Amino acid sequence: MADPHIAVIEDLSFAYDRRPVLHGIGLKIPRGKVVAVMGQSGCGKTTLLRIIAAALMPTRGRARVLGRDTGTLDRDGLYALRRRMGMLFQFGALFTDMSVFDNVAFQMREHTNLPEDAIRDLVLLKLEAVGLRGAAQRMPGELSGGMARRVALARAIALDPQLILYDEPFTGLDPIALGVIARLVRQLNDSLGATSIIVTHDVAETLPLVDYVYFMAEGRVIAEGTADQVRRSGVAFVEQFVSGAIDGPVPFHYPAAGYEADLGFAAGA
Amino acid sequence: MLVALRAALIRLGAAVTVGVWRLGYGARFFVYLIVHSGTAFRRFRLTMREIYFAGVLSLIIILVSGLFVGMVLALQGYETLQRYGSSEALGVLVALSLVRELGPVVAGLLFASRAGSAITAEIGLMKATEQLSAMEMMAVDPVARVVAPRFWGGVISMPVLAALFSAMGIFGGYLVGVVLIGVDEGAFWSQMQAAVDVRNDILNGVIKSVVFGVAVTLIAVFEGYDAPPTAEGVSGATTRTVVTSSLAILALDFVLTALMFTGGA
Repeated sequence: MADPHIAVIEDLSFAYDRRPVLHGIGLKIPRGKVVAVMGQSGCGKTTLLRIIAAALMPTRGRARVLGRDTGTLDRDGLYALRRRMGMLFQFGALFTDMSVFDNVAFQMREHTNLPEDAIRDLVLLKLEAVGLRGAAQRMPGELSGGMARRVALARAIALDPQLILYDEPFTGLDPIALGVIARLVRQLNDSLGATSIIVTHDVAETLPLVDYVYFMAEGRVIAEGTADQVRRSGVAFVEQFVSGAIDGPVPFHYPAAGYEADLGFAAGA
Repeated sequence: MLVALRAALIRLGAAVTVGVWRLGYGARFFVYLIVHSGTAFRRFRLTMREIYFAGVLSLIIILVSGLFVGMVLALQGYETLQRYGSSEALGVLVALSLVRELGPVVAGLLFASRAGSAITAEIGLMKATEQLSAMEMMAVDPVARVVAPRFWGGVISMPVLAALFSAMGIFGGYLVGVVLIGVDEGAFWSQMQAAVDVRNDILNGVIKSVVFGVAVTLIAVFEGYDAPPTAEGVSGATTRTVVTSSLAILALDFVLTALMFTGGA
C-alpha cells in the first residue's frame, strides 16, 4: 500500500553556520492535500521548504520526501527526485532571456525527447490552465507581477509533478491577482492529483484554501490542524497572527532599555 | 602598540586564508565546469548564442580600437625608424607589435571590460533573481546549462577578436604609414611578409589570446556564479571581474612572453 504521506519530517533541526534556524521539527504532509506552513518572517518556514526540496540538508533528523530520504541522495538521485516536484518561487524566477512559451517549455526540452509539435501543444495546454495562452510570445519583462507568477506556476506544473512547493506565492500581488493565484493553487492541485505545500504568512487567502495548516514560531511547530482547529487552538501566538493584533506574544516594541533612561529622565539623572 | 600589531597580523592572516580558500574554490569550480561542459558542445546552439553576445557584439569596440592602435603605432614607429633611415621597416614594426603583443593584450583588456563584465552581471543577476535556484529545482545543472556555454563562447570568441584587432591594426598602420606619410607600399608589405613568422609570431600570438580568453572568461563566470545575491554583490563582482582579469592578462602576458620569445628565440 502506498505511503499515505508524500513528505515526512522527523525531529529535524537546521543551522546556517552556527545560527540555529529549525529546532526538532516534525510534520507529515498527506497525499493529495494542500498544506500550509505559516508563521512570521524569519521563523524558518522557507528554510523548511528548501529542506523538503532537498536544496538544503538538515543538520539533524531526516526529511523523507516522495519515498526518498533526502540526506542519502547523490546528485543524480537528487535530480531524479526534483523531476517529480515543481516549485513556485516568491517572485516567479522566470528566465528573463526567454519568452513565456520557452519558460514553460524549458523542462520539457531539458528532460524529455518530445518532438517540438508535442511540446507546443503541452505548453499551450499549461498556459491555458493559468489563463495566459494569449501571452505565450511575451517576454517576462512585459508581464505584470500577477501574470509572471501565473507563468511561473505553469512552468512549475510543466511535467505534472506529484509535489508542488510554493514559496510565498501571494507576496506583492494585487487583490485580483491574489485571488486568481489562490484559486489556481487549489484547482491545479486537485486536477493534477498532486500535493501542495504553501509557505506563506498571508492568513486571509490561505486559511480558506488549505486542508491542513502548520504554524511555526522561532523554528518550532507551535500549532497544527485544519483551519478551524488552528483558529480555535487557544495558542496566543496563533490568535495574534490570525487576528493581526499589533501586540501580544510578538510585542510591538523591539526590546530596549527603559524609554525614560534613553531620554535622560531616569531617577537621579 | 602590541595590540594593534596583533590585530593587523590577524587581519593579514585572515586575508591570506580567504584568498587561498577562494583560489582553491575557483580551481574546483574550473574542474567542475570542464567536467560538465558536455552540454555546451552537444547543444552547440547554446554556445553559439554566447559567441554572439560575447564576440559579435564586441566587434565594434575591437575593430575601432584596433584601427586607432595601428594608426598610433605607425605614427610613433615612423618617427623613430626614420631617424635610422629604416622607415621601410614600418610594416614589420606594426605587424610584430600587434601580432605578438598588442593584439592579444589590448583585445583581452577590451574583452574583459566589454564581455567579461556583461557575463558576470548576467550570471550574478540570474542568481540574485533566483533563476539559477529555479533551474536547480528543475533538475537542470546551472553550471552545465548557463555557465559552460558562456565560458566556451568567450574562449572561442577571444582569439578571433584578437586576430581581427591585429588585422585592423595593420590596416590602420597601412593607412597612416603608406597612404598618409608615403612609406613605400611594396616595402611595407614585403618586409612584413618576410619578417613575420607563422610559428614564432602568429601562433604564439594565438596561444596568448586563447590563454587570455580562458582566464578572462573563467574569472567572469566564477565571479558571477559566486556573487552575493544582492545589488551590491553583483556590482562588486562585476568590478572584480574587470580588475582581476586585467591584472591576470598583464601577468600572464609577462610569463608567456618570457616563455615564448626569450632564450634561443
